[in-house]
Amino acid sequence: MDTEKRTQHLTERLTYIKDIFGDKQQENIRLLETKLEEFIQRENSLSAEDKFAALTTLEDLFGFVERNLENELTAMDKVRIVRHSQRICLRDILENVYDNYTEIGGKDENSIDPSMLIARAYITRRSGKRVYHQPVMVIGQEKGHGEEFRNGGSVKPWGNAKALHYMKVAETENIPVHTFVFTPGSYPIEDSPGAAQQIAKNLYEMAALSVPVVAIFSEGGSGGAEAIGLADSRLMLSHGYYSVISPEGAAAIEGRLRGGDRAGADLVEKCAHQLKITADDNVRMGYIDHKIQEPALGARPYHYEFFRSLRQEVIRATDEVILNVKGFSPFRAMALRRRKGKSIEDLDLENIHVRWSLSKKARARLIAKRHAKFNKLSKSAFIDRRPVHRRVAAWFVEKGWDTYSYFKYDLWRSHQKKLMYAVEEVDAEARVLMDKVKGPWKKLTKAIPASTSKADKEKELTMLSQWDEEDQGKGQWSYISPRAKEDRAITCPNAETHGCQDLWAPDLFGEYAGVCNSCGHHFPMEYQWYMHNIFDPGSIFEFNTEVESANPLGFEGFDLKLEQAKNKTGLKSSCTTFEARIDNVKVVVATLIAPFRGGTVGAAEGEKFIQAAERAKKKRFPFISYVHGTAGIRIQEGVNGVIQMPRCTMAVRRYLDAGGLYLVLYDTNSYAGPLASFLGCSPYQFAIRSSNIGFAGPGVIKETTGVDIPPDYHRAQKALSRGHIQGIWDRRDARHNLSQALMTMGGRNLYYR
Amino acid sequence: MLDISKLLEEIKASPYEELVITAPHTGVVSFGSIKEGDRVIGATGTWNEIPGTSLATLQRERNDKIIRATQKGVVKKIYTELEGTFVEAGTELVRLRHFLSKEEVLSIILKKALFLFEAPERAKYYFAPDVDSKIKSSGSQSVTVHDGMELFIMSRMKREAPLNYSGPDGVIYSVYFQHNENIDAGAALIGVCPPDQLALIEDVVVRVQTEWTEQE
Repeated sequence: MDTEKRTQHLTERLTYIKDIFGDKQQENIRLLETKLEEFIQRENSLSAEDKFAALTTLEDLFGFVERNLENELTAMDKVRIVRHSQRICLRDILENVYDNYTEIGGKDENSIDPSMLIARAYITRRSGKRVYHQPVMVIGQEKGHGEEFRNGGSVKPWGNAKALHYMKVAETENIPVHTFVFTPGSYPIEDSPGAAQQIAKNLYEMAALSVPVVAIFSEGGSGGAEAIGLADSRLMLSHGYYSVISPEGAAAIEGRLRGGDRAGADLVEKCAHQLKITADDNVRMGYIDHKIQEPALGARPYHYEFFRSLRQEVIRATDEVILNVKGFSPFRAMALRRRKGKSIEDLDLENIHVRWSLSKKARARLIAKRHAKFNKLSKSAFIDRRPVHRRVAAWFVEKGWDTYSYFKYDLWRSHQKKLMYAVEEVDAEARVLMDKVKGPWKKLTKAIPASTSKADKEKELTMLSQWDEEDQGKGQWSYISPRAKEDRAITCPNAETHGCQDLWAPDLFGEYAGVCNSCGHHFPMEYQWYMHNIFDPGSIFEFNTEVESANPLGFEGFDLKLEQAKNKTGLKSSCTTFEARIDNVKVVVATLIAPFRGGTVGAAEGEKFIQAAERAKKKRFPFISYVHGTAGIRIQEGVNGVIQMPRCTMAVRRYLDAGGLYLVLYDTNSYAGPLASFLGCSPYQFAIRSSNIGFAGPGVIKETTGVDIPPDYHRAQKALSRGHIQGIWDRRDARHNLSQALMTMGGRNLYYR
Repeated sequence: MLDISKLLEEIKASPYEELVITAPHTGVVSFGSIKEGDRVIGATGTWNEIPGTSLATLQRERNDKIIRATQKGVVKKIYTELEGTFVEAGTELVRLRHFLSKEEVLSIILKKALFLFEAPERAKYYFAPDVDSKIKSSGSQSVTVHDGMELFIMSRMKREAPLNYSGPDGVIYSVYFQHNENIDAGAALIGVCPPDQLALIEDVVVRVQTEWTEQE
């Protein structure tokens, strides 16, 4: 390298340090600055040899200072590192980690979504004298610093769809998938297929993707990260972050800022620290399997040594995943496991050959392992106050149910079904024969009019009901909203356009069930209204009541807020799970309740949801998720919250794969994480007319995309026309429609298969 | 013939319209914090989603209803004597003075000066193909219309019928409708200007554009 280039390089390193530390570390920065300036001034008077020596000294000094500063890094500094334009990006990784690659479906801005980069790549290994080319599908967000069209790595729904498509291709080709997470978050637009819907689809499909997935996190911002981050092995770059929300976003929520106000630097710094977003934190909490050490102050494209170790790490992770599910590979597995005290280079993975394709049985084991892995996460992030003996008893009851359902459904029911099918076949044949024989007689009797009209019967069986006061016992609800006790009138918001009269509160919230009787506008109602008026009276049996929301990160002031929420609502978490009956059909229900911290989902809620899905699976009941409202993932729980997205989706996937019927019913406002995962992946989603459904609220959309959205952007009607939900229901008909839906989608035994 | 200069002078003499805000229904009035001379704004935002300034609150059956300004202007008079009393629907509560903008002045003058050809029924309207291509290439003022000329296509429920112009001869000065939008019966479609008045009207437009100072 000539002197000019080296000087230039040092200047860049200095700018980088300045950008990362800002006002902090002034002394060190000044030292480097003066030394560099001194050299530049002296440069012309020096001989070539002296120049070389002086530069080497200077470079050593830079290295020394960088190593010192490395120890001073705070969480927020790491966020700045990850966002810096000198940070490595996916292109650099493709160039330096893989031996050869072809980008698929994209050439700069000419791509369905340039921020999602897909490449078929090779890793070449030598074992003995043989050379193996091992193909992988590399999928990841490309930030492409300075390339505006990449939206800084924020992927639009169709970008995530593209990623999913190529995961499927990898599955067909039986090659592993390497995903690289470089995103500050998903691009929040609802344009079909919708950001939330697409992430939900990705999670749902990845839950059962039958090829190994290795995810490497550099910048993992909530939903966008999850869209490609559900993996068998999750690695993280040591200077990356993985978080439920950006520190700035958290600060805006914590500081209760509105209308685009900026939070102060101190608050942002504090939030970044409290959210526990760094690699070390995530490894400690178990959400990341292994940390990949970067050079001091973060990897930049000239750190070739780092790329070499990254290459070793991804190979190792893939090998590990594969050897863990392969039938026989004791020595190689052992070689891989011997990690302690050895640097990755010592292992010399290039010489160990592992074939990266899996047999059918190994694929099944892979998926089972993935589910078990995610199921184990975040178990310590909530409170369970049950004494030991009750836990043991609960364990026995569960095992009992396992055995019972195995005998009843897996063993007996399958034989019964075969028999029933055979009987049905014979019966149908016989009927055709009888019709032929009886033909002449029928012709004779047809002239006589029948007593009941066939059309009426058909209508009764196939139509969703229309609201009719007669049907609902003249508005005699078993639960009446407390707002019905107020003696006051209420104006319908549609009064100006629809000419609605003022409504008297006792009428509106009592008899009318919160529905304007002129225009049908739905006022939001309490969750109790649904609990009591949808399900058969007295049929609700709640379970897992002991699971309680906690403050796993020790987020400042959050204990108090949780306590307040618990006292206010009398609940222990925003998720309530119960068994109930609708028209004598037994169902398992998981609800998210808005008054409890906005219906946000944390570790306790996720766990309860998963348990409910498992229970429904064991008992072979339909599973209903009634969403009174959810604001998203509880940010104060950090990654403990965001991990519930894949965890719960996987539970839903297990339930559906076992043959269950999963219905989602939205009521008031449902947004963000839960919608982009375990709610959004349901094939049957319905909404009460009062609901708003979307990925991000108007404020967030405005802030991130700069686009104003119309006031009705998230209304249920819009969600229906985007294809997000499958129907909109009148609240007064909810019970009838739910029972009808169960019957038509589940059939008589309410279980698909 | 309309004396446009005089009309402009008239508008200049009182460059505002007075908006009378009345009680939409019965109730007890309270005026809150507005004072005479305050500036108010109407609903704003792309979808008029940001509500206008609150002028008064009308309470009936413990149901507060806020009465808001519909347009930008200055509060001229508040009937403060009504504060806390029960009023009937239609009672005057506030008077606003809304100063006319350039566009409003122009449209007032043009609507008086031009011959307005109205839509005979609610339908979508299009210009006849030859007229349409002429307008697209060189603007609406290049088209001279005369009585009985086939000028429009009226489209309802995919049935199209030609519509003839009836009125004085002249050039199409302004077009008040848009393609693909339903126009109510009686709404103006085009404003026609007799050729001899064209120069005059253009003069007025220039005068309004240069002379009219919008008052905030």
